Amino acid sequence: MATIRIDQQEYTVRDGDNLLQTCLSLGLDLPYFCWHPAMGSIGACRQCAVLQYQNEEDQRGRLVMGCMTPVSDGAIFSLQGDKAQRFRKTIVESLMLNHPHDCPVCAEGGECHLQDMTVMTGHRDRSYRGRKNTHRNQYLGPLIHHEMNRCITCYRCTRYYRDYAGGTDLAAMAAHDHIYFGRHEDGVLESEFAGNLVEVCPTGVFTDRQLVHQYTRKWDLQSAPSVCTACAVGCNIVVGERYGKVKRVHNRFNAEVNGYFLCDRGRFGAGFVNLESRLEFPALRRPDGRYDALDHHRALEHALRAMEAEKVAAVGSPRASVEANHLLRLLVGNARFYPGWSRGEQGAAIRAMELLRDTEATVPDLAQIETADAVLILGEDVTNTSPRVALSLRQAVRNRARDMAGELRLLPWQDAAIRNLAQDTRNPLHIAAVSNTRLDDVAASHTCLAPPDIARLGAAVLEELLPGEGQHFGDPTVDALAQQIARDLRQAKRPLIIAGAGYGNTTIMEMAAELAAALCHGGCEAMLSLCQGEANSMGLALLTGTGGARVHRLEDMIVQGDIDTLLVLENDVERRCSRRGFKLLRKHVKTLITLDSLDTATTSLSDLVLPTASFAESEGTLVNHAGRAQRYFPAFPPANERRPAWFWLLALAHERGIEATSRLHQFDEITRHCAASIPALAGITEAAPRSQFRAHGLRVPRQTHRYSGRTAMRAALSVHEPKQPQDEETPLAFSMEGSQRDTPGALLPYFWSPGWNSNQSLHRYQKAVGEPLRGGTAGSRLLYRQGHATLERAAMPGAFEPRENQWYLVPRHAIFGSDELSALSPPLRELTHPAWLEITPAAAQALQVIDGDGLIIENERLRGYRLEVRINPSLVAGCAAYSAGHAGTFGLLPGEWVTLQKDPDWQRREPAVIASDRGGVA
Amino acid sequence: MLKSLRSQLTTLWTILSHTFTRAETVQYPEQKPYLAPRYRGRIVLTRDPDGDERCVACNLCAVACPVDCIALQQDVREDGRWYPEFFRINFSRCILCGMCEEACPTNAIQLTPDFEMCEYDRNNMVYEKEHLLIDGPGKYPDYNFYRVSGLAISGKDKGEAQRELPPIDVKSLLP
Repeated sequence: MATIRIDQQEYTVRDGDNLLQTCLSLGLDLPYFCWHPAMGSIGACRQCAVLQYQNEEDQRGRLVMGCMTPVSDGAIFSLQGDKAQRFRKTIVESLMLNHPHDCPVCAEGGECHLQDMTVMTGHRDRSYRGRKNTHRNQYLGPLIHHEMNRCITCYRCTRYYRDYAGGTDLAAMAAHDHIYFGRHEDGVLESEFAGNLVEVCPTGVFTDRQLVHQYTRKWDLQSAPSVCTACAVGCNIVVGERYGKVKRVHNRFNAEVNGYFLCDRGRFGAGFVNLESRLEFPALRRPDGRYDALDHHRALEHALRAMEAEKVAAVGSPRASVEANHLLRLLVGNARFYPGWSRGEQGAAIRAMELLRDTEATVPDLAQIETADAVLILGEDVTNTSPRVALSLRQAVRNRARDMAGELRLLPWQDAAIRNLAQDTRNPLHIAAVSNTRLDDVAASHTCLAPPDIARLGAAVLEELLPGEGQHFGDPTVDALAQQIARDLRQAKRPLIIAGAGYGNTTIMEMAAELAAALCHGGCEAMLSLCQGEANSMGLALLTGTGGARVHRLEDMIVQGDIDTLLVLENDVERRCSRRGFKLLRKHVKTLITLDSLDTATTSLSDLVLPTASFAESEGTLVNHAGRAQRYFPAFPPANERRPAWFWLLALAHERGIEATSRLHQFDEITRHCAASIPALAGITEAAPRSQFRAHGLRVPRQTHRYSGRTAMRAALSVHEPKQPQDEETPLAFSMEGSQRDTPGALLPYFWSPGWNSNQSLHRYQKAVGEPLRGGTAGSRLLYRQGHATLERAAMPGAFEPRENQWYLVPRHAIFGSDELSALSPPLRELTHPAWLEITPAAAQALQVIDGDGLIIENERLRGYRLEVRINPSLVAGCAAYSAGHAGTFGLLPGEWVTLQKDPDWQRREPAVIASDRGGVA
Repeated sequence: MLKSLRSQLTTLWTILSHTFTRAETVQYPEQKPYLAPRYRGRIVLTRDPDGDERCVACNLCAVACPVDCIALQQDVREDGRWYPEFFRINFSRCILCGMCEEACPTNAIQLTPDFEMCEYDRNNMVYEKEHLLIDGPGKYPDYNFYRVSGLAISGKDKGEAQRELPPIDVKSLLP
């Protein structure tokens, strides 16, 4: 700790921080632009100038940049000093020389860091009489809107995009006052994390392209704390709503999970909530196949009548909340509840849960992943299955640079110096996958192997770590690599092994767990992370446990006519079973009842459809891939007859007279019941405060204190204003009344502080800059070092042997397209490719196909699969990789052997038209 | 006693003397009082000198409104101009304070001297954009936001706004 003096006031502060960081942590207003808590200081914008005095006698002081000045004991500073204030005012004026006069038509206005800083420094009138520089904008894809005139050249965008996120196609171009931040030509930004530019850019150069249409200012959004449902990482988000539409998704800081950044799938993937195909009313199928809309009383009557049948079963969902799945299981009984995974997914999800539960290694959150100093990824394409993990891994490999800096006593925030020092020196990251991945550029090694061989590589590394029965891979290059990997892992203090359910291969995950256990025995703090498929895969695995009903039993029962009524909860069964199974479902099940928010293949087969509220309109608990339970809250009440899934199920359970549910009425009670009855989920009640929670006797307001238009929004329907909707289920209010002071981290609906309208106001909610939220970190860990040492040496898995004229199917995930709901979001749909099959150039030559041709995929089980060919030179010979989760590949199973032949009737696809081709306004 | 008698008489005299002064009351609505041109009455949305909607749907009027009686939704037209998809003022709530006019960065929203808005049905006090939009520029005949602002719209490219240089050629090496 150091004692410093700022404007005659003494403060005790942390040694080694920079002055800007210190001032912000102390709650003092010091303007800045280029500094970012996650990216450190470079001193580019000169905005955070303060006066530093040599000693007590020094009356003049000298100007220093706050972000480049370490605080040390006895230092004397002045923020209010005349010279410093004048300097900062002049700097803002010069940064604004070329700023266009367009705040009213700027999507950043009202939450603009430049606006805030201009007001803070007191600059008002420009004295410069010259003419302003202008720039042409670029088309940067359907996600990001570019308006280069607004740039103040702080370099945050390129520092984030290139240095932090590892992108290559956004750069500072030209020189002096011609400087331009963009791509070398128009085109879609390549990085999967480009959306963060919206929040990183202190002004309106990069804005949310979707929000530029039907725009709503930050102060007009009704927001709620939520959790991203696009993958199993569970990043914390803020969902903003206006006029019944989700307008945008912003990052909600969680020091343990997503920190300051989201991936593009999460940020732009919530558009499905606004789709026309959302279900609004319960619907009953008529004999002619058309549907009648019902009110919810009659819908419940019909559902109850169907459930009086003798054989009732239910299908849960890994994308529905823990509570909804729990109620569904209570409703039909444990034996007749099927979790709703496909055959391959179920084994992988349950096994991953078991491995993480029983491991001795640490199961890391993203923040812990960022502290790793050696990483081995065994058979998981993290950028495409759990994208945010990839961004954390890019930070983990940079830890070597920080260690090097530590040796030279450089401070961790001296970003430019550390990058110069380290250059390309990184911590080792070893990747084994079926083809190239997006992390290869920072990897120490990258090997392409078939999934069974990836497990063998794991076994070979294990052999090097714990020499035993001489289980070698057999290939000298791979064995040398295994040695190298083992050496790197052994030398590391915090090695991290990542595997996952991506290839549907449980042996790889088991190998990863054994490696982590072996490293733990070696005495280091090893970490094991297993990527999962969907938002609540882990929660469902914990709920059903090891002994849950198997999904192939369900298909058998359907065929045997053993099910009269089947309830399907938020699950599109078409994605989960074979094509034949899906046909049989309709044929053999007498009554099919589906609860879902969107019109899917399953709802259009159902006899009765109950419309559920989406994640943005309901509450629920999700458990992420590391076993962290997190609660999402509704941003707006569901319209029409939409109800949260738990609400429908609770009503059904009450009517059915299910004993266990008779005393459950509110959402919180369901959560508590679930926690009490399932020991593995006991911690979910800690995920967020109960609905009775009040801060200073008040609810947490979802609306900002300047929420506008309350007396005119609904005036077109009736001039009589209705009462604000009441929220009995959560501690949040659909109103601007209430207190945001001392709000727990799990309940923060937006970030705002006087004078700080932009998201930079976050530091006012943190204990200190970059540290956890003052109200506590959201979520509760369900798995945390419960494991015990079990070192079992599994047998060496069998080697992969390519077959003549047969191909081994491997799933290939895509960040945009593999996740069911986010792929429906309009901006992401533009970036999603139709289903494809990747083959090697050799295979393409043998089959006489080129890119864009069609292939027929067949074996004794599969018939009639036709997919577009993509040639991937990095793919392992003998494998064919299909696009997982895309319409057209449902029913394909990983690890199947198939024959391929050219489709003579294939129509080649026309090149897709993107917005820039249509001559849209850039 | 004397004092109070005097007070009574003064009162009577004052009242009676007013019998012979001119009445302040006017026979409204036959007789209309003088209203200054800047009197704050019914709100209108004006057009720029080129005849296009001035409102860019920036939401500043809505946020400035103390009774929250303005609601609107922005969208972008084909030509790149921002415009309100709907613009609604609930005059049954409006207090004619003029804060919206002060907040408006494009001089679109203006208060007029007309205050005669009486309806039997309160619902008729809700004005939509088609009721608010007038055909002229109102009090500011010359101002055109898009001629000043740096945003490019069709018919006005980058570099053609007030005090702007033509767009920079990034690929040029010249200083």
